[in-house]
Amino acid sequence: MKILPFVMMVLGVAFTGTSLAQEVNSGGLETIRGITTLDATKKAEAMKRVLKDKNPIARNYVHQPPLVPHQTRGYKVNKNSNKCLTCHSWKYAQESGATKISLTHFETRDGKVLSDVSPRRYFCSQCHVTQADAKPLVENTFEAVESLTNE
Amino acid sequence: MTEHSKNKGLIQFLKSPSSAALWFVIALGFAGGVIFWGGFNTGLEMTNTEEFCISCHEMENNVYEEYKETVHYANRSGVRATCPDCHVPKEWTHKIIRKIAASKEVWGKMTGIINTPEKFNDHRRSMAEREWKRMKDNDSRECRNCHNFEYMDFTEQGNRSVKMHSSALESGDKTCIDCHKGIAHQLPDMKGVDNW
Repeated sequence: MKILPFVMMVLGVAFTGTSLAQEVNSGGLETIRGITTLDATKKAEAMKRVLKDKNPIARNYVHQPPLVPHQTRGYKVNKNSNKCLTCHSWKYAQESGATKISLTHFETRDGKVLSDVSPRRYFCSQCHVTQADAKPLVENTFEAVESLTNE
Repeated sequence: MTEHSKNKGLIQFLKSPSSAALWFVIALGFAGGVIFWGGFNTGLEMTNTEEFCISCHEMENNVYEEYKETVHYANRSGVRATCPDCHVPKEWTHKIIRKIAASKEVWGKMTGIINTPEKFNDHRRSMAEREWKRMKDNDSRECRNCHNFEYMDFTEQGNRSVKMHSSALESGDKTCIDCHKGIAHQLPDMKGVDNW
């Protein structure tokens, strides 16, 4: 009769043993998170730096809002001022050497052309973003159309 | 007429010419001058600190909060500028002139001309324009307290900085404040401002 508690004890230890095991069985799939268990908190990566000031970045498709190849720290775009336009507006682009905003920025939704930047295009960072100095997370074989590719 | 003998003695002592040597009296006067000047200067320098500036809530709640988000407050190297570094000239004559002109600010504090956020924002444009004008007139002297153009390393700067600094700034066409408005505090309505 003493066998039963003994057996139960052995089975109990065996089960606790397996549940305490630290090996992660991901089935061979490596995620962006890396090989860590779900209950472990991974240490956060260091913050990435924004590219300071590069030459213009090639576009991938025709209507793509071009990427911002420089830092925009502290640049305010609000009712009082639009810092981006102090270099990129048609008024100052020649003096600053910056890319002019395209004609589409002067058009209303119905296609009427205004004499200054249309309100729907006033907030630059809704479409134009800076780039961080980081490699792609996932390998990518995208190629742009031939007319935009100059390799 | 009975004067207290002590008083009579004291007044007599003060009124009678001293038998001390002239040089000794001069030395005493010199020491007194040093103490006075030291005290005066210490007091003046106490009004030249960030702590003093933000003792007024008008400054602490508005421009100080805005400044805390900028590069002059916290940055990579930890080299920073506080209120007096940009707003109070370092050279003595200019500093004293500014300190005398600051009586206008004391008056403003007493009358409460900008003591609510709404009043502050109403006056933001005129206050900003005054500062821009001051900096334009003195060729951004306060900026140059720390940022020395002659020693800017153009190999370290980004493309845009190199372009702008080597042309507009070099030629004397523009001065720092012409492009770097809003570097420390939020901008007012910029309608009609040059280059904006």
